[in-house]
Amino acid sequence: MHEMSLAEGIRQIVEDAGRSQGFGKVKIVVLEIGELSSVEPESLRFCFDVVMKDSIADGAQLQIDPVPGSGWCMQCAETVPISALYDPCPKCGSYQVQATGGTEMRVKELEIE
Amino acid sequence: MCNVCGCGTGETRIEGEAVDHEQEHEHVHADGTVHRHSHGAAGQKWVPVAAGQVHRHAPAGEHVHEHADGSLHYGHGPAGAHAPGMSQAQMVKIEQNILAKNDGFAERNRGWLAERGILALNLVSSPGSGKTTLLVRTIEALQSRVPVAVVEGDQQTSFDAERIRATGAPALQINTGKGCHLDAHMVGRALEKLAPADDSVLLIENVGNLVCPAAFDLGEAAKVVVLSVTEGEDKPLKYPDMFAAASLMLVNKIDLLPYLNFPVDKAIEYALRVNPQLQVIQVSATTGAGFDAWLGWIDARLAEAVAARTR
Repeated sequence: MHEMSLAEGIRQIVEDAGRSQGFGKVKIVVLEIGELSSVEPESLRFCFDVVMKDSIADGAQLQIDPVPGSGWCMQCAETVPISALYDPCPKCGSYQVQATGGTEMRVKELEIE
Repeated sequence: MCNVCGCGTGETRIEGEAVDHEQEHEHVHADGTVHRHSHGAAGQKWVPVAAGQVHRHAPAGEHVHEHADGSLHYGHGPAGAHAPGMSQAQMVKIEQNILAKNDGFAERNRGWLAERGILALNLVSSPGSGKTTLLVRTIEALQSRVPVAVVEGDQQTSFDAERIRATGAPALQINTGKGCHLDAHMVGRALEKLAPADDSVLLIENVGNLVCPAAFDLGEAAKVVVLSVTEGEDKPLKYPDMFAAASLMLVNKIDLLPYLNFPVDKAIEYALRVNPQLQVIQVSATTGAGFDAWLGWIDARLAEAVAARTR
């Protein structure tokens, strides 16, 4: 989707952190990307390399930690694992499942030198 | 993208005001430092305007980026300051949402709108679902009793804003250039220019795209997704993010149902699979069918926004 915008968001966060915490080179950028978020990891990897050019994370490795999806099943009244927004509850088969976890798109941490 | 200031491809325009990025231009930083640089192929360098000034940004400072000709630019932050390198590798905790910057602008818009009792709706759909026709009819029905203003998002042209202005409602066109969605910063600037009245309705017609606008909060009260019956009924499953992000789905062009093989119940069932909380109203922007329910939905939300007005 808008992976280029997301990569630019990552660059901003990394640059801001570098300025406020006083480091000048990032080796690894670690992201947390939820299974139910609207990010395509392969596309993000491609954009990441392009967008980080000439930043403090130029050439940095991108590590994506996946976060499994989960939802609240209204029939079972409990949290169940789902891997897509339109998945039924794996226990009762109902589609009355509201996504509750695995929607995040976060910069988790950086390895700097 | 400009490697010096990181200011993107320079395609965004508001009301056709262009950003010429070939010329030399200035940046005013949050700490008051002004930098001027050119975008020529060779020699891209920061040049401090006053001798001896250090290129420095406030830690969480906003990168103000207005051009001498008054146009707005939606690029992003500057190239980094160079701190002395550290010899040993170490981990730094960040824990920040990638869209934090957009979300910050969205919250600011939301506060601005709440202060004034303005109900903002973000209309999203594929291209060709009939959003603009729907808006025109909605404005015609509403404007005798409540002021309506419109922000129009398209990659190019101001055709849609012109169609809206023909109704008498103020409209502001944002051209996103190569961009595939409106973001909260663009809408914030549009709000300042448009200055909608207190206790009014603001309709934001997003770029026709069922994918990207889902992730970008603009500060609206609700996203309204428009699905027309000339599309496939399986779109909610093919493009689930948008239907998950929306509060209301308008099934548009229902006057065409006799001529089509579009199972409405199936489309609604699919949408509810993705988002069990989604409300659904069937409408025709051509005949006005279903508009009582749609206008009633707006009225109920507007009453809440007006009641919650803080100034």
